[in-house]
Amino acid sequence: MFPFLRLGPFLLQLPGLALLAGVWVGSSLADNEATRLKLKSGAISNLIFFALVAGIVGARLGYAVRYLSTYLANPLDLLALAPTTLSPRAGIVIGATVAVLIGRRKRLPLRPTLDALAPGLAAFLVGSGMANILSGDAFGSPTNVPWAIYLWDENRHPSQIYETLAALVIFVVEWKRPLGRPGAGVNFLLVAALSAAARVFLEAFRGDSLIWPGGFRAAQVIGLVVLAASWRLIQAWNQPGLRRQGSGQPRQEAEAH
Amino acid sequence: MMSPSARLITAVLALGGVWTFISRVPPSATTGGAPPPSPREGFSAPDFTLDLLGGGQLTLSDLRGKAVMVNLWASWCPPCRAEMPSIEKVYQAFQGQGLVVLGVNTTFQDSESDVAAFVEEFGLTFPLLLDREGGVSRRYQMRGLPSTFFIDRQGIIRTVVVGGPMSEAVIQSKVEELLRQGG
Repeated sequence: MFPFLRLGPFLLQLPGLALLAGVWVGSSLADNEATRLKLKSGAISNLIFFALVAGIVGARLGYAVRYLSTYLANPLDLLALAPTTLSPRAGIVIGATVAVLIGRRKRLPLRPTLDALAPGLAAFLVGSGMANILSGDAFGSPTNVPWAIYLWDENRHPSQIYETLAALVIFVVEWKRPLGRPGAGVNFLLVAALSAAARVFLEAFRGDSLIWPGGFRAAQVIGLVVLAASWRLIQAWNQPGLRRQGSGQPRQEAEAH
Repeated sequence: MMSPSARLITAVLALGGVWTFISRVPPSATTGGAPPPSPREGFSAPDFTLDLLGGGQLTLSDLRGKAVMVNLWASWCPPCRAEMPSIEKVYQAFQGQGLVVLGVNTTFQDSESDVAAFVEEFGLTFPLLLDREGGVSRRYQMRGLPSTFFIDRQGIIRTVVVGGPMSEAVIQSKVEELLRQGG
């Protein structure tokens, strides 16, 4: 764990830098994939950029709304560089909404766009795992296994390492596009399905799980639902006769193999 | 007849379902229960007893039932100086609602005369504690100054802010969050 690096008067938040690196690499890979899928040049990186900006602004506004009188009295504090004053839920909703609106406005076809985003998403998951290794977040449950790490005053499963390794495997699998059919949306669904499967199996080693009634770990239950839904969609979208449906643009047969 | 891939995913889903069932835990097995002491969000705030500036001692666990903001600072640290007026202002506004602010001076790397001058300069009215040996700074794994821990009425750390200065809105919103959680 190495959350901060002091450079003179500045305290660099290394997990934040790892996330930024994930976004940057992911955005570059998504743009390359978009070119390969013959989407408009720069369309995907613009989509990611504006969705991110909207997500960050939305997260801050979502937080400020909860403490409206405080921020009305100090409106300039909306600009404070404080990651703890962001509302992740509001950020995700607003960022996703903006992405959908831009996608429609630019007439980006759904399935090729999702496939273009797939390698970027897989790279971002690796960056997110690295950020958790650096910050000590997403920590594991106490254990006595020989490879346990001492973190937060106990020997724990190195869950951050498990999850980063799983993300790397997902990235490599996605890179090889085992299901073929680039542009049909199935590569994106494959990333979603593999991530969900990893969550179902690795969540059991986490020490910070949200527990639902009956002792079920929320992330595992949601992971199972996402896994089943992703697989169902893969089956539906991977039908040869439906390949162009929703893609909105011709595709090169040679790319399928 | 199921295809090989359909058989595989059915097996993965069934295995996942069984794994989800057998990895059930009571809420107390994670930080949702009674978490052990550690200086991070979701854990119990490590307890300490320190001398107060001006005499007497204070123990953190004696404040259970109140919202507590622990601010580690030093008189030579510019962001600590910058955020101190906002901390005092929020303390004045919310102490009647059950907020306690503890200013823990890292005295092992400061001087008590500078601390006294600092308190006088900013007119601080909340309790100032002296970490002469650095024990609290080590226990709270201090990585930068200032470091602030927002602790709820059950003694659980809800937010950690390393570095600064925190704006008044940041401090106030975090304090309101603690006070809203009730007792």
